[in-house]
Amino acid sequence: MKRHLLEAADLDRADATLVLDTAGQIDQALAGREVKKLPTLRGRAVVNLFYEDSTRTRISFELAAKRLSADVINFSAKGSSVSKGESLKDTALTLEAMGSDAIVVRHGSSGAPHRLATWVRGSVVNAGDGTHEHPTQALLDAFTIRQRLGRLEGVRVAIVGDVLHSRVARSNVRLLHTLGAEVTLVAPPTLLPVGVGSWPAEVSYDLDAVLPKADVVMMLRVQAERMNASFFPSAREYSRRYGLDARRMGVLADDAIVMHPGPMNRGMEIAAEVADSVRSTIVEQVSNGVSVRMAVLYLLLGGSPA
Amino acid sequence: MTNWLIKGARPYGGDAVDILVENGTIAAIGESLSATGAEVIQASGLVALPGLVDLHTHLREPGREDAETVETGSRAAALGGFTAVHAMANTDPVADTAGVVEQVWRLGEQAGLVDVVPVGAVTVGLKGERLAELGAMADSAARVRVFSDDGHCVSDPALMRRALEYVKAFDGVVAQHAEEPRLTTGAQMHEGDRSSRLGLAGWPAAAEEAIIARDVLLAGHVGARLHVCHVSTAGSVEILRWAKGRGVQVTAEVSPHHLLLTDACAEGYDPVFKVNPPLRTDVDVEAVRLGLADGTIDAVATDHAPHAVEDKESEWAQARPGMLGLEQALSVVIETMVDTGLLDWRGVADRMSVRPAAIGRLAGLGDRSQGRPLAPGEPANLLLLDPATRATVDPAALASRSRNSPYAGRELPGRVVATFLRGEATVLDGKAVR
Repeated sequence: MKRHLLEAADLDRADATLVLDTAGQIDQALAGREVKKLPTLRGRAVVNLFYEDSTRTRISFELAAKRLSADVINFSAKGSSVSKGESLKDTALTLEAMGSDAIVVRHGSSGAPHRLATWVRGSVVNAGDGTHEHPTQALLDAFTIRQRLGRLEGVRVAIVGDVLHSRVARSNVRLLHTLGAEVTLVAPPTLLPVGVGSWPAEVSYDLDAVLPKADVVMMLRVQAERMNASFFPSAREYSRRYGLDARRMGVLADDAIVMHPGPMNRGMEIAAEVADSVRSTIVEQVSNGVSVRMAVLYLLLGGSPA
Repeated sequence: MTNWLIKGARPYGGDAVDILVENGTIAAIGESLSATGAEVIQASGLVALPGLVDLHTHLREPGREDAETVETGSRAAALGGFTAVHAMANTDPVADTAGVVEQVWRLGEQAGLVDVVPVGAVTVGLKGERLAELGAMADSAARVRVFSDDGHCVSDPALMRRALEYVKAFDGVVAQHAEEPRLTTGAQMHEGDRSSRLGLAGWPAAAEEAIIARDVLLAGHVGARLHVCHVSTAGSVEILRWAKGRGVQVTAEVSPHHLLLTDACAEGYDPVFKVNPPLRTDVDVEAVRLGLADGTIDAVATDHAPHAVEDKESEWAQARPGMLGLEQALSVVIETMVDTGLLDWRGVADRMSVRPAAIGRLAGLGDRSQGRPLAPGEPANLLLLDPATRATVDPAALASRSRNSPYAGRELPGRVVATFLRGEATVLDGKAVR
């Protein structure tokens, strides 16, 4: 493993598989325990440096670090570092001086974790940067797929929605490709980046054509601010063309699963009956997130085995 | 005033001759010249070129003297072989009145290292709403002929048309920063494969090309002069070639960084490589080189843009766009144009001195002229260049007050050994005289 986890491309196939296997072992080690805690990172300090509101990701990382017995510091710096006054670099050096071993960073600017990694000696984990990547989300998604379908090699994954602005999509395309899955991106052309042709994925504008062949359908959140910027004419039209409703769920293969990184817009990209169906892995994704993030912290900080 | 006898220099890379400089003028060029009382400079092996003229320099004074001043920028320019620079208008306050352009001009005269030629803003406060008093700036002591809202595009087509027409009255030119603002909202880097992967909002080539296409049509329609700043795309070169073929009075410049660097530099998110227009692709780099070689692009202009450390040592999106250029411009041109066989030394003199001076209307000012040939009777604005020496760029060693050089750690050819402004040495032995 590299020292940092900044993007999915930092993981080759062996590394990525090691993270997933380790997460599985952690799950097993904790199963049935009364105290769900391992002593692995006792005495190590993990800082959650969050420049964006993200309750679920922060809590997931916090729980992961605590279950490994690390000391956790939550540093919430809402808004950009510039508007706050202190620069990202000064913040990083301050945290480092306080003895942090790892910084988990969520930032609204693409590449902020990369910059951070040039200024600190400890490990940096990208917990989502701008419209770039969110590698631990991709890891927990891969873990969930493997758990449900038993494999990743050759699995056909449709990622549907606002690919242009999605860090989840970027990380998933890269990681799933690394792990041998076949990704198809489905979106209106306005929500696909120029240059998507260079990605290791197929592209389709037609959700109905893709669904029957998909083993996994991953729905992306459509941000409210896209509604008024002519990316599509209306929420209703988007929902009709790219939303996953009960009718569309009906054409899926028997064992196909439906994923969503959350938070969902019920009735927009995903219908309530789909989100709550047996195909849905949305709740498993959340719990797997903790295990996968434990595995990442454990492997990066090189703690002794439990 | 010191007289100089430069021994064995090669004007335009030709045969070695002696150059005698007396009273600020080139007195004689020939073999085995002698002169009593003249200071002798041994220049064998060195190429002599006319002093370079930059159409596009940000000197940051007034307003951001922490990033650069007229004096420090002038010194950087002299070290780069320049004898004149056009100081861009996006200062604080904006150079949109006769008072501000005269202030910048006077600071340049006081520094005395290069001729500082102020550029006037096209619109009040660079806001793109109404014309600044262009005539007052033209008539001022600063004698403004180049007008630009650089950093901002004059995007309103009606306003652009009026500006193009209006400056005809005093033989001015509008230098357009070609960037369709609606297509570049929040843009961070060239839109393409890399931006899609890096998750940085894209700056499409079409946003530059659409404005250039519109403006050459407007300039042709009203019979006015148009200059296009920092051309960066292959499509822009094509449009310019088409327009010139139709007789439109359009000129264009390319910056050194667009001749050498590509959007691959954005990998790693180091904002020292953030610039506007952004670094483009290999295909674009090749096209602007060929455009410069065949004259479709008239000039190399540095777009020297100093920034304080805190404005670059940040997240990519928060950093200011722009990079240093004055001290490495000639080296980059040697690397990309001379060593590749695309330009000879006369071509370098044409694109970095003659044509930029002509665009800025600096060639017909008597003993204050710039961009004149190396010939007896001409003002002694010249540089001596060691073209063979290669050196690694160290930002800490630059004369600029800022350190945001995209060439840090890169080995480049060529060393300016001496620069003379009207016979006064501003650089000797590769060091600023003052």
